[in-house]
Amino acid sequence: MDLDLMITSFPKLLNATLITLKLLSVSLVLGLFLGLFFAILRLNKNPFINKFAYGYSYIFRGTPLLVQIFIIYFGLGQIEYLRSSFLWVVLKEPYWCAIIAFALNTGAYTSEILRSAFQTIKPGFIEAGKSLGIQSKIIFYKIQVPIAIRQSLPAYGNEIILMLKGTSLASTVTLMDLTGVAKYIISTTFKPVEVFIVAGGIYLFMTFLIHNLIKFLEKKYSY
Amino acid sequence: MNIIKKFSLGLLLSLFLTISANADKIRIGTEGAYPPWNSKDASGKLIGFEVELAWTLCRYIGQQCEIVEQDWDGMIPALIMRKFDAIMAGMSITAERQKAISFSQGYADEVASLAVMKGSDLEGIDTSEGINLTKKTGAVKKDLKTLTSALAGKTVCTQTATIHQNFLESGDVGKINVRTYKTQDEVNLDLTSGRCDVALAAAVAFTDYAEKSGKSVVLVGPTFSGGAFGNGVGVGIRKDDTELLNAFNRAIDKARKNGDISRIATKWFGFDASM
Repeated sequence: MDLDLMITSFPKLLNATLITLKLLSVSLVLGLFLGLFFAILRLNKNPFINKFAYGYSYIFRGTPLLVQIFIIYFGLGQIEYLRSSFLWVVLKEPYWCAIIAFALNTGAYTSEILRSAFQTIKPGFIEAGKSLGIQSKIIFYKIQVPIAIRQSLPAYGNEIILMLKGTSLASTVTLMDLTGVAKYIISTTFKPVEVFIVAGGIYLFMTFLIHNLIKFLEKKYSY
Repeated sequence: MNIIKKFSLGLLLSLFLTISANADKIRIGTEGAYPPWNSKDASGKLIGFEVELAWTLCRYIGQQCEIVEQDWDGMIPALIMRKFDAIMAGMSITAERQKAISFSQGYADEVASLAVMKGSDLEGIDTSEGINLTKKTGAVKKDLKTLTSALAGKTVCTQTATIHQNFLESGDVGKINVRTYKTQDEVNLDLTSGRCDVALAAAVAFTDYAEKSGKSVVLVGPTFSGGAFGNGVGVGIRKDDTELLNAFNRAIDKARKNGDISRIATKWFGFDASM
């Protein structure tokens, strides 16, 4: 065990953790909006609209995240028409390709989490609102959405942790995130065990923080 | 419960048998993604210069061999952790790698080159044909200076953990924007997509790709050798495995004398890259 290497690689890995956190937070925010949007579409009575939303979540939950990143990064890069379009400004950058893949992926899972949360709301809550003469729009935003968010907290906490680990795939499209830098250090020192232990420890610590944050929120908003 | 016990015992036994059956074979690790050095054919079989050379060397050593596939970025750690006993994967002999493993004498050598897509503004870059970085003469320094200004602000792509990456990060061509990939295939893909302005690898890796894909990839600038580019390609072997190292050295001597290396090299490279 090379302790010196573990100590010297720690600050470099910590620095790379910033990229990991940036990827995670940006894709989670985008994914939450996508998830909420598609969850609402799923609840729509129109079969075309809810089948469309179902199709989206089916495709992105049914294929590996790695395949999705490769299709968006290497696949779309091979289409000449795209390369000459304005979209190339975004797709040219590995960072945005990773963000797009992560956001679409977590969006699909989030839409399922939120949909099931909406469906578990007891009709009594909505009926109570109606009997007080509250508009259904306001019932939705003031009653259904807050309850759904509280209901989905445990499952969504899981999704954040899964996504944190998913960001390690960014290293496959040349991004120097925590895993990318760990691999880089290994490529010059040839000592994978030491470096991956440190990197794994950092991931574990982040998971610990996320886990406790969600636990805190669950307690705070319990009813 | 009994069935599960019996089943797992049988599984353990078969595992043990496969391990012991492999004990006297020399296992050689290769990447299988760096044509023409080593690659795979359409059916997934390992082919290439080093695969054919490996079988030849094994014949001279007089022992059974097995060729094992391993991702490039884990090649040296896998050797050290005894997943196989020797590396034949276009791996150049460098001082940095020699800190971790031993190398046999070199069996082949081949220059590195930059490549761009046809029509790039780097195409007409004015340097000598080839530079050797071991002796940094005035002419070499002048070429490096030309390259430094030509590459400034460009995205230069290369495979990770290679001599090419070492050179790009050595500061010889200034501070440039280097992007690294897991395989040479991915470098080629991003060179053609335009995400990379220019790429660095073994010159044959680009000519082979251009020929097979029909894409207009062209070599530019000088060819590189010496210095960060190492001293030829050799067989990588664990440091404590001197017996195997000697066996490979003797086999390479014989194969060279009988003309096997240059024959196989000419077949795969189109020129004699043996040394």
